Amino acid sequence: MSSWIPLWLHKLGSPPTFYRFAGTLQPWATALALLLGVVGLYGGLVLAPADYQQGDAYRIIFIHVPSAWMSMFIYGVMGVASFIALVWRIKLAEVVAMESAPIGAAFTFITLVTGSLWGKPMWGTWWTWDARLTSELVLLFLFLGVIGLYHAFEDRRQGARAAAFLAIIGIINVPIVHFSVNWWNTLHQGSTVNVFGPSKISGAMLWPLLTVTLATKFYYVASLCRRARTDLLDLESGKDWVRRIAEDEAGR
Amino acid sequence: MSALQHFFAMGGYAAYVWPAYALFFAVLVADTVAPRLRRRRVLTELRARLARQSARQERKPPSTPASP
Repeated sequence: MSSWIPLWLHKLGSPPTFYRFAGTLQPWATALALLLGVVGLYGGLVLAPADYQQGDAYRIIFIHVPSAWMSMFIYGVMGVASFIALVWRIKLAEVVAMESAPIGAAFTFITLVTGSLWGKPMWGTWWTWDARLTSELVLLFLFLGVIGLYHAFEDRRQGARAAAFLAIIGIINVPIVHFSVNWWNTLHQGSTVNVFGPSKISGAMLWPLLTVTLATKFYYVASLCRRARTDLLDLESGKDWVRRIAEDEAGR
Repeated sequence: MSALQHFFAMGGYAAYVWPAYALFFAVLVADTVAPRLRRRRVLTELRARLARQSARQERKPPSTPASP
C-alpha cells in the first residue's frame, strides 16, 4: 500500500498485534467511561436544575441524546470500516465493522426506548410515525440487517463482505436521521446542541450532556476492543498465537 | 419530604426517568458481558479440540515402521 501510511499502522492490522493493543487500551477506556459517566450523570441528575417547562422529565436527555449520537457515530464507523474491508480486504476492518454492529444496535435500541419513555409524559404518546423516530427505527433495522446477513453465511468472511455491502448502502440513512427534524416539520424537536453557532441549552445542562457523550464514546472503544479481541480469537483459532493464549489461560 | 425522597420522586416523573436509566445500564451491561461469555466458550472449545488432537496422536504412533 502507499508509503505514507506509517509502519505501525500496518503492524496494527495484524491480528496478534491488534489483540495485544486492544487488551492494553480496553481497561483505560473502561475506566474513563466509568469516571466520565459518573461525573456526567451526577451533573445531570443532581446538579442541573429542573427544566422550566418539562420539570424533571427532561433528565432523560442525558442518556437519550448521547445514545442517539452514538447510534449515528457507530454507524459511520461501521460504514468506513466496511468500505476499507471491501476495498482492501483487511481482515481487521471486517472485524471492526461486524463487531460495531451489535454495539450500534444496542445504542439505537436505548435511544428508541428512552425516547418513548420521554415522549409519553411530554407528547402524550409512546410512539408516532414522526420523521426522526421513523428514520431512527430504520437505523435499528439496518444494524439488525447487517448482523443477520453476517451470520447467514457459512463462511464468516463471505458473510462479512455481504454485510459490509449492506452497511455501505445503509449509510444514506445517517444524514436522513440527522436532518429529518429540518426537512420534515413533525413532532420531534430540532437540534438543541450545535457545533456551529450557539446551543440553545443552559451551561448547567450542557456540560453534563457533553460529559456523558464523551463517556459513551469511551464505552464504545472499550466494548469494541472486547468484542474484536474475542472475534479474533474465534477467527484465528487454528493459529499458534491463539493456541498459546488458550494454553496460558487453561490454569485460570 | 427529605432531599433523597425528593431526588427519587423526580418531580413526579419517576415512572419515566428511572426505567429509562435502568434500561440504559441493563443494555450496556449485557453488551459488556456477552463478549466475555463468548470468549470463555471459544477458548474452552479450542482447548477441547487441542486435547482431542493430542490424544489421537498418542493412540496412533507415527506412520514410520516401528519394528523391522
